[in-house]
Amino acid sequence: MPRPRRASQVRPMSDRVLRLVNVGKTFGRQRALADVSLAFLPGQVAAVLGPNGAGKSTLLALLSTLSQPSQGRITLGDKDLSSHSQLRATIGYVGHEPGVYGDLSARQNLRLFASLYGIASADSRIDEMLARVGLDGVRREAAARTFSRGMLQRLALARALLHQPEILLFDEPGSALDPAGAAWLAGELQRERAGGRLVVLVTHDLTAAAAVATHLVVLRRGRVACDETAADFSSDQVRAIYEEATRGQA
Amino acid sequence: MARPSWISQAARIAWKDLHIEGRSREVVYTMGFLAALVVLVFSFAFISGQEVTVGPNVIAGILWVAVLFSGTVALSRSFDRERESEAIRSLLLSPVPRSAIYMGKLAATAAVMLFVELLLAPLLAALFSAAIVPHALWLGLLLLLGTIGFCAVGVIFSAALLRSRSRDALLGALLFPIVIPVLLAASRATACLLDPSVADLDSAFFWTRFLAALDVVFVVVGLWSFEPVVIGD
Repeated sequence: MPRPRRASQVRPMSDRVLRLVNVGKTFGRQRALADVSLAFLPGQVAAVLGPNGAGKSTLLALLSTLSQPSQGRITLGDKDLSSHSQLRATIGYVGHEPGVYGDLSARQNLRLFASLYGIASADSRIDEMLARVGLDGVRREAAARTFSRGMLQRLALARALLHQPEILLFDEPGSALDPAGAAWLAGELQRERAGGRLVVLVTHDLTAAAAVATHLVVLRRGRVACDETAADFSSDQVRAIYEEATRGQA
Repeated sequence: MARPSWISQAARIAWKDLHIEGRSREVVYTMGFLAALVVLVFSFAFISGQEVTVGPNVIAGILWVAVLFSGTVALSRSFDRERESEAIRSLLLSPVPRSAIYMGKLAATAAVMLFVELLLAPLLAALFSAAIVPHALWLGLLLLLGTIGFCAVGVIFSAALLRSRSRDALLGALLFPIVIPVLLAASRATACLLDPSVADLDSAFFWTRFLAALDVVFVVVGLWSFEPVVIGD
């Protein structure tokens, strides 16, 4: 695997900052996030860590626009993320589930999303994405439901990158992947880090976070317990920061 | 990236559903089987020997009961493909207006239902000697309007129950009371058209216009309410 470039060497894809200002989210009487203020800079790979129920997935749902904050605001550059539906086109999302249609082939899935995003020269872009994720050799008409878990995650990444998003969100993408799949994913994260895209990665895997992160956020009971940036983090540093931030958490 | 028009995005979503259905045909077969079964059960109950003893009101009722039950199958499956693998998330994350997603789902579900209804109407005519030919186009219009009204409401409930475990049981319970006006108007108009003794079709005309007005109301409400319902935030 190529050694990643240091964060300072990476040229960001854009100059817009993704900013959360006093963001809170409640579901009925249940508070999922409170008073979260963060700034994700272009070109950063931000790892969001925290125990179960800390609000990581809620944070990602807010960043992806699938959920609206109950308090505060989220902006990309000078635009409010919740009130500009076209900003959705700047976001790519890879979650636990692949988010593709099992009855369609890989190519048909990508063609559908290319048409919904209005991508010009869709066929060449699809070929490029399939080659990038290593699905170009798959039988053209094979339905996605016949794919292995690893192949589905590859297709999910191809779908997320198809429209060249400015922000790439990952919600525990390595869960349920075998070691080969996890290694492939780690390589893709390194590649994204070198490419200068803003990546927000929600994970429980501290080693995976240490391998790519230039920005570390630890959530604890819906609040930011740690927000640190560095050119690189070692595994030991990440572990120490995490343990310090979550000390006393049941 | 050139932003596709609202209509073309809705059409792409509808095409996607129809393409998948064209491959699997699982909804068409299930709907067709259920609709035919309903008609056959009624035929066993009402027809004895060669004698057909049912009037146009009953035939219209049988037609729309078959549409109601078989259409519920189509609606309960309409978001299944989005739920599998969380494809709905990818759809909602795309810059497609949520109203276009609604319209695409509505168009695809209505198209599948209409296809089954086109097979159902001749079966009904054959079993009950229903006079569908004299006003075939009008009857087709009624099926179209009734199906649109039914789907306009049904797609909203189907989306609302996307993550509910008991969605199949709840869909009928929530949907049927709301679509009663649609079924009432459609069956009244159909009965008028099937009755050869009725020369004056003013009543059929009135119910058809009423059905069209209901469709407008239901579709507008559906376009407006789909986003909060499907996001469920």
